[in-house]
Amino acid sequence: MTDIVALDVIRRTIHEIAPEADLDEVGPDDTLRESLDLDSIDFLNFVVGLHEKTGMDIPERDYSHLFTLAGCVSYLSSAAQA
Amino acid sequence: MPSLGADMESGTVVKWLVQPGDEVHRGDIVAEVETEKSNIEVEIFENGVIGELLVPEGERVPVGTPLARVLAAARPVAGHPREPSAAIAAPAVVPTGPAPLTPAVSEPVRPSVETRSRESARAHRAPDKARRRSAVVPPTPERVLSPVLRNLAGRLGVDLGGLRGSGPGDVITREDIERAARPSIRATGRTRSSPFARRQAAELGIDLGTVRGTGPCGAVVEEDVRRAARKGAAGPAPPSPTAAVSAVDRQAALRRSIGNLMARSKREIPHYYLSTTIDLSSATQWLAHVNLERPLESRLVLSVLLLKATALAAKQVPEMNGFYSDDIFRPSDAVHVGVAISLRSGGVIAPAVHDVDRLGLDELMRKLKDLVGRTRRGTLRSSEMSDPTITVSNLGDLGVEAVYGVIYPPQVALVGFGRVVESPYAKDGLLGVRPVVTATLSADHRVSDGHRGGRFLTEIGRLLREPEKL
Repeated sequence: MTDIVALDVIRRTIHEIAPEADLDEVGPDDTLRESLDLDSIDFLNFVVGLHEKTGMDIPERDYSHLFTLAGCVSYLSSAAQA
Repeated sequence: MPSLGADMESGTVVKWLVQPGDEVHRGDIVAEVETEKSNIEVEIFENGVIGELLVPEGERVPVGTPLARVLAAARPVAGHPREPSAAIAAPAVVPTGPAPLTPAVSEPVRPSVETRSRESARAHRAPDKARRRSAVVPPTPERVLSPVLRNLAGRLGVDLGGLRGSGPGDVITREDIERAARPSIRATGRTRSSPFARRQAAELGIDLGTVRGTGPCGAVVEEDVRRAARKGAAGPAPPSPTAAVSAVDRQAALRRSIGNLMARSKREIPHYYLSTTIDLSSATQWLAHVNLERPLESRLVLSVLLLKATALAAKQVPEMNGFYSDDIFRPSDAVHVGVAISLRSGGVIAPAVHDVDRLGLDELMRKLKDLVGRTRRGTLRSSEMSDPTITVSNLGDLGVEAVYGVIYPPQVALVGFGRVVESPYAKDGLLGVRPVVTATLSADHRVSDGHRGGRFLTEIGRLLREPEKL
């Protein structure tokens, strides 16, 4: 998965759980949960959304890789290659 | 228009999801209503057939306004064979086929039928509540009664069976119930009011008799007078035909209604506050362990444990769970936990998860996920908005360590959970680092005191130390 595809997956997933959130205002190293005001359930739904779109299994211990936008992109693209 | 929270005064019908002639069942979603907080799906509470939609789409109406007329179902319900009156009367009201619905719309049903069924209902009035309702409700044209109003009637000790509705189609309105509950006021024609309200009414030139009181025993208080004055100033203009409230207006209105409700809470409820630190090491370890084996979709979050523990503790300390109104506390058997969810556009909303004490953790997780999702999308259901018996605010997600909440009237307690932090924690003479959370309780001193409140918080902590039993 390329970074662009990964970003698109993230964008679509964010849109599903927080339609009013604007991903363009989030810097690559900003914490998604803080920037977009996601609570723990939103975050879980976000991870579920990523899983549904990519088919990747994301164990709970990997959640910390998904806290920032840059982290999400590299996690999705590297895991897809592995 | 159901009251979807104590702070709601009016709502706009955005969309009807049923049409006259449609058969509806208890729990069906029949309309979408816009309030300041959210769009809310209104559920129906009886089985029947939609007769007439009384409020067109786009119209804003006050709480208590009948939205639709519902006719008794054409077929007698199989579960009521013991009520011969219902079985006989029901077919008489709505003969077979959809055609007879039309006369029922323009003519609130043949009086003879109605009278007869009422009388037979009276004659059959049994002490058993369920039987009485089944006798009264099905044969008459539906007297649209939201559970909120039933609840109100229960609280005020008003017998709905003996009440005449003044709304269209003899529908019982909030006013009817309140009037029935205050016979002394009606008899003397005097309006109860506070001295300050009287003085202000005189200054503003408002007739107190026309003001609906929201104070104790329906007394008119200062705020009611002000509200009446505002309404008067705006003129009795017909409701705006368009529902298009701008986002900014909606924001401002939401802020105002939250402000009003919280001001009322602080004015009326003598809050007391307790806090305790709860060791969450068992809970977080247990959670990590069960989640390891689970696919993503069925993993649990800590909030689920917190909610369940709160509900179980509320069951054990009933002074925390229920409604306080008219100087009386009525504990609730069911534990419907309002979950405070912040709206990203600003404001907070606390819809209920029903019967949390009886839900398994998986079920609870599913409901919580669904509730948060629908809150975000603005599609909450009416029952979720109207009946939480206690509220939990979990601000931990935003990073603060403790939240001292303001109680949502007419509830009597609010539990706050802060952020889970790794903290030095001494146990058995040893100092270690453990995940802990600060749990706080805001509770109503008219109902309980610190002793019971402390017991409640301690119980939550105890339950969270044994997560596998939740």
